[in-house]
Amino acid sequence: MPGPELSILIIDENRIRASIIEDGLREAGHSLVAVIHDVNEVARSIQSILPDVIVIDLENPKRDTLEHFFSLSRSIQRPIAMFVDRSDGAMIEKAVEAGVSAYVVDGLRKERVKPILDMAISRFNAFSRLTRELEQARSELEDRKLIEQAKGILMRTRNLSEADAYALLRSTAMNQNRRMVDIAQSLVTAAAMLGP
Amino acid sequence: MPDTHLTAAFLPLLDSVLLVLAQEKGFAAEEGLDLHLVRETSWANIRDRAAIGHFDIAQMLAPMPLAASLGLTPIATPTIAPVVLGLGNNAITVSAHLWKAMADQGAPGDLAAGPAGAALARVIAASPRKLRFGVVHQTSSHNYELRYWLAASGIMPDRDIEIVVLPPPLLPDALGTGGIDGYCVGEPWNSIGVATRGAHIATVKASIWQSSPDKVIGMRTAWAEKHPDLVSSVIRAIYRAGIWCSDPTNHAEAARIMAAPTYLDASSEIVSRALTGRFDIGGGSIRLVPDHFVPHAGAANFPWKSHALWYYSQMVRWGQVVASPANAAIAAACFRPDLYRIALAPIGAATPVADYKTDGAHPAPRTIPSHDGALTMGPDLFFDGRVYDPDALDTYIASQRHAV
Repeated sequence: MPGPELSILIIDENRIRASIIEDGLREAGHSLVAVIHDVNEVARSIQSILPDVIVIDLENPKRDTLEHFFSLSRSIQRPIAMFVDRSDGAMIEKAVEAGVSAYVVDGLRKERVKPILDMAISRFNAFSRLTRELEQARSELEDRKLIEQAKGILMRTRNLSEADAYALLRSTAMNQNRRMVDIAQSLVTAAAMLGP
Repeated sequence: MPDTHLTAAFLPLLDSVLLVLAQEKGFAAEEGLDLHLVRETSWANIRDRAAIGHFDIAQMLAPMPLAASLGLTPIATPTIAPVVLGLGNNAITVSAHLWKAMADQGAPGDLAAGPAGAALARVIAASPRKLRFGVVHQTSSHNYELRYWLAASGIMPDRDIEIVVLPPPLLPDALGTGGIDGYCVGEPWNSIGVATRGAHIATVKASIWQSSPDKVIGMRTAWAEKHPDLVSSVIRAIYRAGIWCSDPTNHAEAARIMAAPTYLDASSEIVSRALTGRFDIGGGSIRLVPDHFVPHAGAANFPWKSHALWYYSQMVRWGQVVASPANAAIAAACFRPDLYRIALAPIGAATPVADYKTDGAHPAPRTIPSHDGALTMGPDLFFDGRVYDPDALDTYIASQRHAV
């Protein structure tokens, strides 16, 4: 690796995502990686970490606070620029799309920083995908529970078999051009209002 | 013709109201615009995402287009403000503990900036520790207002007091947990501090500098040049929203709209305080500030080049930018009264003839030369009696360099 090793600071309130990025950077051979979960800690630790590259979640509401700490910091006297190069529009776009914001100590060569940001961007994207998939799985589970509940109500109140209750839910949904889970939701709500 | 979709970013602050009303009350639609409003989490995000074109237009702090155009920001992008989102709306709020100390030192509790500042100076002189105040962004009107108030009260920011940066919604909590002793922010975050954290409003922007601008609609210069008709439509939609919002009979509805979870997510009673100017300033003490937030009157939406230069003078004062004729020219060019007049001429709205005006010299309302009808301006005093004459900008900057 040309030049001294870069010190990288990850600031992320989401501990899981922070560790995913940290692992990626360590796998890529970076050993000077520090992780902080609260921007307020930066004021205390910036002197000991002396970061060359700082990666922070774009949605972190304390980005303004962080930038203020930089402006006060004696150790980072050189101005800090966001992203590798102001002219690199595609990289900036990719990073913002992924939700990554990065600060780089001025004077660092683009070739040295780009792989770090590429890594952060791809790990941010992977994390978002993972979160979406989890969310989907969770809502599918919720849907199944609702349909089970609605089936139970129909079986009890209309004295139907499980298969008939399911068929009734499905045909109602088809006739009304609605999703089965929406019919189930209406039924469960109505049943709750009507009482036992 | 189908509506043109524009993406418009805002922060949860009362002075996003004209942008929200433009969409909610149909003023944007009248202009063939459909605004996709995006609530952001920080001024840094608005700055960066506006710079790379994620947002066509955005609510911005008045100094933000200057900072972006002067190259103070990470993604330096020439940015302009062709319309102002109103005057005032900020206040300086302190913790219950600090207010008690200020009251003991003679703060009268009438929101007047002078006596409150004098009391704070006495508290600071006697305080064993350095007090800490929060502002919302480094190049913010709040930072400059707070510093102006402190300096004119004999308190040297950074030496006598620490100033930190936090986004508006986090300020009341930071005050409540003792992380900061006071803050300067727009509504509703002062009233929320009062309601939830026992805080006390010490003074208001309308007392520090009367009829002063705070938020603007910012847009990339390149985008504005490419879409002059859209720029005019945005200006007219904001202008009409301002007229609607200035009618007291509409305050309750405006408060209800702004209180929604997608906008401020606060009670409409709290939101309405900034619109009506009737404030609980702490402990149930009620004060009326009729000019707290001015959405229309006194050419409130007109982007005075002299106001851009006042913010530039404060950037120089606090070491953020070097004073030079070139930088002053860049700053003045960020505010675009020419575009404002072009947009409003077809609807016969009154617009000022001048681009520059002196502030601090008019204790009473006055009429000014205007196109299409009369314009009455509100009083424009600074609380310390200083006069800001944009024709003598260098003298003004030099006088502040030696102050305190």
